[in-house]
Amino acid sequence: MGGIPHDHYEPKSDMEKALHKRLPIVGLMYDTLMIPTPKNLNWMWIWGIVLTFTLVLQIVTGIVLVMHYTPHVDLAFSSVEHIMRNVNGGAMIRYFHMNGASLFFLAVYMHMFRSLYYGSYKAPREVTWIIGMLMYLLMMGTAFMGYVLPWGQMSFHGTAVITGLFGAIPFIGDSIQTWLLGASAVGQPALNRFFSLHYLLPFVLLGLTVLHIWAFHTTGNNNPTGVEVRRTSKEDAEKDTLPFWPYFVIKDLFALGIILVLFMAVVGFMPNYLGHPDNYIPANALVTPSHIVPEWYFLPFYAILRAFDGEVWLVMLVEWLSFGIIDAKFFGVLAMFGAIAVMALAPWLDTSRVRSGRYRPQFKWWFWLLVIDFIVLMWVGAMPAEGIYPYIALIASTYWFAYFLVILPLLGVIEKPDTPPATIEEDFNAHYPAKTSGDAVQTPAE
Amino acid sequence: MFRKLTLTAAMALGLVASQSMAAGDAEVIDYDFSFEGMFGSFDQMQLQRGLQVYTEICSACHGLEYLAFRNLSDEGGPALPEDQMRAYAEFYEVFDPALFDGEGDFRTATPADHFPSSGVANAPDLTLMAKARAGFHGPYGTGLAQLFKGMGGAEYIASILSGYADEPQCALDMEIPMDGFYNTAFPNGGYPEECKYEDGSHKYPGSWIAMSQPLWGDDIEFADGHSAELEDIAMDVSAFLMWTAEPKMMARKQAGLTGVIFLTLLTVLLYLTNKRLWAPHKGKDH
Repeated sequence: MGGIPHDHYEPKSDMEKALHKRLPIVGLMYDTLMIPTPKNLNWMWIWGIVLTFTLVLQIVTGIVLVMHYTPHVDLAFSSVEHIMRNVNGGAMIRYFHMNGASLFFLAVYMHMFRSLYYGSYKAPREVTWIIGMLMYLLMMGTAFMGYVLPWGQMSFHGTAVITGLFGAIPFIGDSIQTWLLGASAVGQPALNRFFSLHYLLPFVLLGLTVLHIWAFHTTGNNNPTGVEVRRTSKEDAEKDTLPFWPYFVIKDLFALGIILVLFMAVVGFMPNYLGHPDNYIPANALVTPSHIVPEWYFLPFYAILRAFDGEVWLVMLVEWLSFGIIDAKFFGVLAMFGAIAVMALAPWLDTSRVRSGRYRPQFKWWFWLLVIDFIVLMWVGAMPAEGIYPYIALIASTYWFAYFLVILPLLGVIEKPDTPPATIEEDFNAHYPAKTSGDAVQTPAE
Repeated sequence: MFRKLTLTAAMALGLVASQSMAAGDAEVIDYDFSFEGMFGSFDQMQLQRGLQVYTEICSACHGLEYLAFRNLSDEGGPALPEDQMRAYAEFYEVFDPALFDGEGDFRTATPADHFPSSGVANAPDLTLMAKARAGFHGPYGTGLAQLFKGMGGAEYIASILSGYADEPQCALDMEIPMDGFYNTAFPNGGYPEECKYEDGSHKYPGSWIAMSQPLWGDDIEFADGHSAELEDIAMDVSAFLMWTAEPKMMARKQAGLTGVIFLTLLTVLLYLTNKRLWAPHKGKDH
């Protein structure tokens, strides 16, 4: 696998040779684990392992939770309390699962912004990026449907709001909403199908994870310089890379350890901090919570959804031009999905010849503004849509689109980038000057 | 540079924690409960006093439907001796649908039965109340108050119980008096126009709650002679309700602490391994 020249698996014993001839599974594992990896990867390259770990954590805890959960409108809430009270270790397993979703999204946002900064989405890694965006969409769907299952107040009314978004689609919206819910309102059919899909989608995610890894193993990892590994010869490639095992496995596990210490502290000492108290009230269709707020990881896009209301001239213009077919509500839905779509198009919107943001002096500023923008959107998404907040949301949403649709294409033309180092080796040695040139590739003594 | 991103994003995580029940300002007092903080634990005696307050007063209207009588003997809770717990359960009658040839009948409760649900229509069940309310909010939707003070469910309950006050003059002047009772800690009840400023903000904290004042102080007599002043019994029953909402809190904190210690140890070992592994490639001695 991969275009980087390296040693491949050589079966030694007769047994190994026989197996390799029939099913080259050991070779596949060897090549995957020993893949040459740019040795200058920094600490932002650890989130992939964190994400893989979290997916497995969610699947394992989720499977145990399913053994005790009942997807019925009259029993779901009390079956979760049954897990919290009577199942051995149930409270911990449920809190792991609940906060695991937050860890998942924290890691995915880190992972995505790393790609955006270092240009990992650019050719030849567009397929990896697109698969990643699909995985992000699936994650959002899975997390949303999982949040419905405890059947608390926020579960119920959140579902009504989110599926209501599909109802905003002109002409066919109501039919789609009814089709999604299996009824005209949130109830037993919705709970049952969300439960089914919440179990299914993580395995689709697992499959896409394999494709995601396969894709970047084919192109090779990006790295902080954005310079490709030399493929001229095996010797050259080895100067730029180290095998994934043990160097990056140990490094990633160390980083994962730090993150798990923090995660354990959240689960052990403040498991409900990131949740909403209203979800400890059983669902009641007749009482609507005073503020329906999604979980923190949806807030940036929720803010974009709400930002484009009927007061915005652009929305009014579009409504007029489309003879009222695209009204404010539908415009908001389009904006929310559009915000993710423009991100998915980044590989084709970014015109710069230089891949890594490290060598793009102007890009850096716009990038960090985007990070701040994301945080502002997250904050304003949790605030009520009154007073000054809608204006903040509108400005922040506009920047989000401007970054992808205007700044990325223009910067490539007007910016004068710095010169990246010629090789990864050069970059690495600049950080860690070797005592003598021979020392750099020496293996550990003892 | 990306370390900065890690930091900002981690802050953002804290910043956006749930923002709920904004409505009017209400005064929730930051009581000092024994179960707060990483090492805080339930005070068994306080939980038993709280159980007594619940039994003698709250249970007249409010249920605890997710709590079983046997839970009263659980470790990390009131931990009643088993004979006391059994005797306590026998005070209650529960409806058993299997009795009387499937038509159902009342029988004496056993330890496996749950407490009854609320007997009064608009009295909410109290089992999860301490987790279903947040006492602290903000500031400005940042969630920092909850990060430092905790969610404040127990504080909210204690503040409601001791938050009844005389109605402000503006309400007394009204021709038709307000429904309910003025409570400085209750955020989402009715609030008279006469007590608002011109911009709609409230002159006085809290709002009008439907429940009449349940605790007055000295309405309970504890066998051990413990103080039964209003604030004390309000705190006792709030602590008890924190336990009914989160009965595994002590086990959870124990697991959290063990987990943090072992994971830290593992991380240190991985750090040393990583350092040694990379040293020859980074031109360093190892």
